[in-house]
Amino acid sequence: MFNKIFFKKNLISLFILSVAVIGSACSGQPMGQQSGGGGSAASGGSLRLQGSGASFPKPIYEKWVSEYGKINPNVKIDYQSTGSGAGQKAALAKTADFGASDDPMSDEDLKSAGGELLHIPTVLGAVVLTYNLPEVKEPLKLSGETIADVYLGNIKKWNDERIKKDNPNLNLPDADILPVYRADSSGTSAVFTDFLAKTVPAWKEKVGMNKQPSWITGVGVGAKGNDGVMGQVKQTPNSIGYVELTFAKANSLPTARVKNKTGAFVEATLESVSAAAATAQMPEDLRVQITNADGAGAYPISSYTYILVYKDQSDAAKGKALADFLWWATHDGEKFTQDLHYAPLPPEVVVKVEAKINSMTASGKTLRQ
Amino acid sequence: MSQTGTIGDKLFRSVLLIAAASILVIVAAILYMMVQNSLPTIERFGVGFLTGREWKPAQEEFGALPFIYGTLASSIIALVLSIPISLGVAIYMVEQAPKKLARPIAFLIELLAAIPSVVYGLWGIFVLAPFIRDYLGVFLQDYFGWLPFFQGRLTGIGMLTGGIILALMITPIITSVVRDVLEAVPTTQREAALALGATEWETTRIVLGNAASGIAGAVVLGLGRAIGETMAITMVIGNSAQISISLFEPANTIASLLASNFAEATDKIYMSALIEIGLVLFLVTFVVNALAKLLILKVASGTNSAKHA
Repeated sequence: MFNKIFFKKNLISLFILSVAVIGSACSGQPMGQQSGGGGSAASGGSLRLQGSGASFPKPIYEKWVSEYGKINPNVKIDYQSTGSGAGQKAALAKTADFGASDDPMSDEDLKSAGGELLHIPTVLGAVVLTYNLPEVKEPLKLSGETIADVYLGNIKKWNDERIKKDNPNLNLPDADILPVYRADSSGTSAVFTDFLAKTVPAWKEKVGMNKQPSWITGVGVGAKGNDGVMGQVKQTPNSIGYVELTFAKANSLPTARVKNKTGAFVEATLESVSAAAATAQMPEDLRVQITNADGAGAYPISSYTYILVYKDQSDAAKGKALADFLWWATHDGEKFTQDLHYAPLPPEVVVKVEAKINSMTASGKTLRQ
Repeated sequence: MSQTGTIGDKLFRSVLLIAAASILVIVAAILYMMVQNSLPTIERFGVGFLTGREWKPAQEEFGALPFIYGTLASSIIALVLSIPISLGVAIYMVEQAPKKLARPIAFLIELLAAIPSVVYGLWGIFVLAPFIRDYLGVFLQDYFGWLPFFQGRLTGIGMLTGGIILALMITPIITSVVRDVLEAVPTTQREAALALGATEWETTRIVLGNAASGIAGAVVLGLGRAIGETMAITMVIGNSAQISISLFEPANTIASLLASNFAEATDKIYMSALIEIGLVLFLVTFVVNALAKLLILKVASGTNSAKHA
């Protein structure tokens, strides 16, 4: 009996203790965040910036966050790679301080935003085609038409005349092609399909240009994420898939040379991606697709990736920190691109980005002087 | 003492009541939210949502049939493969195995149940898929290729691979629950059966008959995991919205579709479609669970009447 009562008492005190612990844990976090946001300027405490979106620039954003943290230890930036669509959503719903997206937002979405959203391009990347052909040692050459035909199911075998025509020296097997695509909604798919829609009219009709295009039923398999596509291609002989350049480089996958607008077959490198950016016309709002760019050296499936911020920031201290970070990232931060296989912004684009960052305000006051 | 006892009992009863009622409230709240949020597609597509075969978010075309088919087919494959193994292991552990062997087996099974599903998925891509492509699939096509299930192209990714992965994932759950259920059957029943001259097989049948509702519960638990599995299945099933009789062809399930697309659904109508397909999953799970329970109880009552005869 005594034992029971003793046990009861213990249980009650344990319960009270746990409630207290949970309560303090719950209230602790938002309090910390609030002090980080509001009263930071006065107290000199740390400031927290939340970002979420595209997975493709994640490696460079993480590098930036850690390098920037060394210079400005009182600004803490969290970047979550949730995907381009989620990044746009976060920017629209203001659930993050900045969103990130590989493809620019649509006019329609921009109109629905609660304020003017700026597109700040940060780095350049490319989508590459990787394949599993053990007998083929030299890089495969593919044109937009061939890639489209493979994904449309018109080209079924590797030794099809249409592939052989561009690769006369390669010993292509008499085997079925297994195309692998992204099953999840993805900026990579958007860039890939944008290129094909520009080069092949039938593609635009049947599959379309989208983060989640309408793949032809019965052709190929879908995989989740860059790593899912890579796993599938690595494991399946005679398959082909598309992934981000950084990802292919990090995993030393074979990549195809893709035919550009001038008819040259170009390998995806930092130089060829930069070349694509150099020839593209940058509009005033910086929203641009640079697929199928002019110029003999341009890799045709290249793309900018963007950070999305509101021009008018609601919190001056946070806004200032964000503007400063963007400035640093697009200037000093660009030197980290090379090691991570991104291409830096062309100088003339940096000038335009500077103007955008300088236009950021909080309650009427410019954030950077 | 007695007074505090009554108060205690009252308190105890009301706590239990609140716990039980909370389940009802939670289910009702989930249903309400899902219906509320899927109204745009319910109004726009009606029944066509359930019978449509095309899933093209970009064109705002939403047909859930391939996903319903994929969910049911992959779960059925998983159950067909898993139930005999799970029952066999559980019966062996309880009825036949020496204690020295039963304990490590039980430990290993609990270990299997604790493996995260992404690990099953990775193993599926890197080990199971090539095995099916190079050996199992070839074997099935050589000897059973006349069946429509085993025709078509072998890539290692598809419905069969998904079903096998699911079977592996639910076997530990079903096994450990069935084991507990069998252990709960009084030893006296076995002794009585044996004393009447029943063989081991007959004794086991009697035990199984008495444990039937518990076994049904175990299977339903396993089925629940199979239907709701996301990560592992998405990695091996091929994520293609098609209905094919061939088990080698890629397919997709509702849970896998939701896992890969929910985070990125930006437009309202697409979001609504995904929530509605979640609602469909809810209903499918409900119906399938009810059917599974009925079926197993029926089989069990068959065993029971055989015993009586």
